Amino acid sequence: MSADSTLLYLDGVSVSFDGFRALNNLSLVMLPGEMRAIIGPNGAGKTTMMDVITGKTRPDRGTILFEGRTDLTRLREAAIANLGIGRKFQRPTVFEPHTVWDNLELALKAPRRPLKTLTYAINGTDRDRIEEILAITRLSALRDRQAGGLSHGQKQWLEIGMLLAQDPKLLLVDEPVAGMTDAETEQTAELLCSIAGRHSVIVVEHDMTFVRALGVKVTVLAEGSVLAEGSLDSVSANAQVIDTYLGR
Amino acid sequence: MLLRFFLMGLDRKAGIVLAILAILAVAVPVMTLWVPADSPFHLSVFTVSLLGKYLCFALLALALDLVWGYCGILSLGHAAFFAIGGYAMGMYLMRQIGPRGVYGNPVLPDFMVFLNWKELPWYWLGFDQFWFAALMVLVVPGALAFAFGWFAFRSRVTGVYLSIITQALTFALLLAFFRNDMGFGGNNGLTDFKDILGHDIQADGTRVALFVATVAALAFSYMIASGVIASKLGKVLVALRDAESRVRFIGYDTESYKLFAWTLSACMAGVAGALYVPQVGIINPSEFAPASSIEAVIWVAVGGRGTLAGAILGAVLVNMGKSYFTGALPELWLFALGGLFVLVTLFLPKGLLGLWGQLAAKLPGRRKQPGLSEARNSDAQAAGQKGM
Amino acid sequence: MRRALRWLMAVCVVVATSTAAFAADLRPIVQSLGSGGYSGTEKALEQLSEAGDPAAVPVIEALQAGDLQVRKSDNAVVIARKAGDAFALTDPLSGADLGQAAAADLTRIRINNSLRRAISATLGALTLMSPDAGVRRSAADAVFKSRDANALATLETAIAKEQDKGVRAAMEQARAAVLLTGAAAATMPDADVQAAVDTLAARGDRDALVLLNMVAASGASEATKKSAASAIATVEQKLALWGALQNLWYGLSLGSVLLLAAIGLAVTFGVMGVINMAHGEMVMIGAYTTFLVQEFFRAHAPGLFDLSILVALPAAFIVSGGVGIIIERSVIRWLYGRPLETLLATWGLSLALQQAVRSIFGPTNREVGAPSWMSGAFELGGLTITYGRLWIVVFAFAVFAALLAALKRTWFGLSIRAVTQNRPMANAMGIRTARVDALTFGLGSGIAGLAGVALSQIDNVSPNLGQGYILDSFMVVVFGGVGNLWGTLVGALTLGTMNKFLEPYAGAVLGKILVLVFIILFIQRRPRGLFALKGRAVEA
Repeated sequence: MSADSTLLYLDGVSVSFDGFRALNNLSLVMLPGEMRAIIGPNGAGKTTMMDVITGKTRPDRGTILFEGRTDLTRLREAAIANLGIGRKFQRPTVFEPHTVWDNLELALKAPRRPLKTLTYAINGTDRDRIEEILAITRLSALRDRQAGGLSHGQKQWLEIGMLLAQDPKLLLVDEPVAGMTDAETEQTAELLCSIAGRHSVIVVEHDMTFVRALGVKVTVLAEGSVLAEGSLDSVSANAQVIDTYLGR
Repeated sequence: MLLRFFLMGLDRKAGIVLAILAILAVAVPVMTLWVPADSPFHLSVFTVSLLGKYLCFALLALALDLVWGYCGILSLGHAAFFAIGGYAMGMYLMRQIGPRGVYGNPVLPDFMVFLNWKELPWYWLGFDQFWFAALMVLVVPGALAFAFGWFAFRSRVTGVYLSIITQALTFALLLAFFRNDMGFGGNNGLTDFKDILGHDIQADGTRVALFVATVAALAFSYMIASGVIASKLGKVLVALRDAESRVRFIGYDTESYKLFAWTLSACMAGVAGALYVPQVGIINPSEFAPASSIEAVIWVAVGGRGTLAGAILGAVLVNMGKSYFTGALPELWLFALGGLFVLVTLFLPKGLLGLWGQLAAKLPGRRKQPGLSEARNSDAQAAGQKGM
Repeated sequence: MRRALRWLMAVCVVVATSTAAFAADLRPIVQSLGSGGYSGTEKALEQLSEAGDPAAVPVIEALQAGDLQVRKSDNAVVIARKAGDAFALTDPLSGADLGQAAAADLTRIRINNSLRRAISATLGALTLMSPDAGVRRSAADAVFKSRDANALATLETAIAKEQDKGVRAAMEQARAAVLLTGAAAATMPDADVQAAVDTLAARGDRDALVLLNMVAASGASEATKKSAASAIATVEQKLALWGALQNLWYGLSLGSVLLLAAIGLAVTFGVMGVINMAHGEMVMIGAYTTFLVQEFFRAHAPGLFDLSILVALPAAFIVSGGVGIIIERSVIRWLYGRPLETLLATWGLSLALQQAVRSIFGPTNREVGAPSWMSGAFELGGLTITYGRLWIVVFAFAVFAALLAALKRTWFGLSIRAVTQNRPMANAMGIRTARVDALTFGLGSGIAGLAGVALSQIDNVSPNLGQGYILDSFMVVVFGGVGNLWGTLVGALTLGTMNKFLEPYAGAVLGKILVLVFIILFIQRRPRGLFALKGRAVEA
């Protein structure tokens, strides 16, 4: 497959920390509008992979291209985010001193230069968009609450809301349903499915029910490289995957 | 748009601060110049200059709070920007002495004649013009802060490391300004000023005018600072104070945000120094001492970090205490100051305004203000993790 | 040194006067010192010089001092020294007492500048014959400096007789100096000039360089000039090498001072992550402890004064460490994980500690003496090394090694590392983390106290002692890389050496500024210092 038609193209990416190989010759391709679930045991390199894509960690070797042309290994985090790559962290990190509304306003797609934000005044379109996201994430009633005072699940939703507000082309979602109730998990799965198509999504998750609910192509990572790829059923049947991850 | 910017920052707290400053700007001139000397309401010119000095420190504290309270940058070198602003003003005042110096040289300040210099160094040119000096009061500290911050923030020097290299910065400048070769009067600094804008610097009217100018500068800076804080930029600053990498991942170039606040803060500190020098009549390298920068931090901590008004309050209170102690109980001043550092960090992490907020919150019928001070602890922990 | 020389001279005089044969020959010459005015005196001096008898040394010294006088009654030349109102007379050669005389009965033998030069040359020449090797050597050096042509003949005689290799080399150098700068230099055969140039080149110090430059600039033949030029190049190279080595030594010395000051900080800041701005005051307390221990020894056991510093070491460690533990238990333990707050609180403590010491001991410097085995200096090739500095270098490395061993090899060190790396886990495993914290902080502070003992030897012991080191110490730790003791070592030595190599070019103050600017820029390049820890743990 040529890199041109892809949204995200990783080829031969390696990262090591003090001799420990977190990523080992990892290759992965995402198409526009695709949703992908990534599973793997602890230390398989799932989070490091996200770090490398979002510019937090520089790879030692390898190519990472966005939309087939932009080399992500040379850019800083903010620039990568502005290309249209959004990330949700494993541990929900929202801006605790700010209100829910302000959190969304900060994340909302808008000019990011300091002088633009200094003179920014909210307009009707932006207001409507935030209202819309509040409705999607069921946080409308909490709009004036400080984000620090939200429950764990609410913070997860707020963070997903912030991701939506950014309107990225590619969403990297790290364990979105950790700490959520079953009902919330289901809602999250629905939400993610509804945004796929317009956006590409990579979901890292341990929760197999959730992964099954998504019903998408699954990539299994182990020891920093791809172990298997395919539907959940096919990878579940893979002997290697069973050995290293699922257990017999 | 500018008006909207200033109005944005106007909340109740800002109203109180500006009202107090307005009262000072009116009452102090009246009490000094027009109330007869035997009246209990009369203020001596000495007191006016002392108050002016406190307000200059308050402006420095305000500048420091902008970066420490809202961006999490603990600068231990802000006195350097203050002193540079002071030197810029001092250079103007030196040029105004003209031929009235001890050696009577119409162009060269006395210390240059003493060092046997033949002509004015290039960097002294233009300082005979007030507008130029006033511009330099903003430009030189701003440029230094910009250069320093550009390197430091790009390289992601944060937390304690940043604090230590700001100490190194002010220490290096201290050593540099001590050298006679630098052309800033060495050890003795710049002093023996005569005129400012054609008025005798010792005259009562001039002193009162300088005080009013200080009040105006403080009020104006307060409005700028609170406008910045209330803007979306201010929200980005607070967000990056607590979770800088998160802010980067939603696409804000945090370095340029910090650089903006840092440079703005340095300019404010420069203005504070420029107003300080004519009121105390001298500027010398000791203003660069690492200890002065750290002392300024405690003013902010006492008043309440991240509140702007607290910085002003803290600076005035601590310096009033200093004036009292160094006069009445000089032996005890360092114990008092040292104790203040320990007690405030241990028992009053939110400062006096934070304490007031806590007390007010306990009163029935009062809704808790969603203030910035709420995040102080988590912020400190975040900073702690970085520092480790 | 000079006193010793004089004493030695006196001894050799006694030895010489006992050989009456010489004395008999000298007497008429000594007698003629007193007649014929300046020129007569000068002629007699030349004769004394030619006679080459060290017995004449005290006579000439007396002449130099203005004590040689002529007794009017019999025109005898005597040594007259003021004794009360009158003068006590002694025989210049035998030293026998000749009674007293009033000032009016004596005529001083007067000397002028040309005589003074002749006197010192003659003294130099005569002492070349001294039976004492030390005296001969100094005499040779004196001739080397004066380059007096009059001494040449004596010098050559002396060289012929000389047994001691070192002294002979000194004499040959003196001879080369005389030859090359004398009037005869222009007419000397090239081979002789070449030999002299070689001798000087072998000497290879700054004085030799001056002489060689004179040769190169003189009217000597081209070949001579060429060989002189090449000798100059060799000498200059050698001097530059020694200069660099001396700078390196100074750098090492400054570096070990920095190391001592910073190493305790490397424990509290590097291992525990605590910013202790009162660290400098721990150093200061160590220095004051040294002062108190010394005062005790001065008062109660002055004979054991040299050992006081050995007692001061554990005392300072305990006192500073104890203060450190008190600070940790009372203030710092509430502030873990809040480094900026810790910084402010410890800064406050440092102010209070300074004022406390100022109130107790006064604001002025306190005198801390050096034990005899730490004073003085010795030469090593072209290096001058003082014992005090040498001991501090040794001490700094010893402390470093001991700390390293303590952290790596002991149970306590293991606990420290365990608590640093994973506090909850260490706690779960039964390590009393609070106690480890307190002891670690105490260890860092105690090491600062040890630094104080060393610094009391080279710096003013005043309440401000610590302030001068705190920033430098932080620079060293940050530059070297936090959490890495080896980084602290390399950082201290690098910064010390850099400082000393910059000083000759930029001056002390500008040199320091340049080092600070360098560190500021360096931290921006490598925010985690020279020896940065890498990996996931750090990224968090």
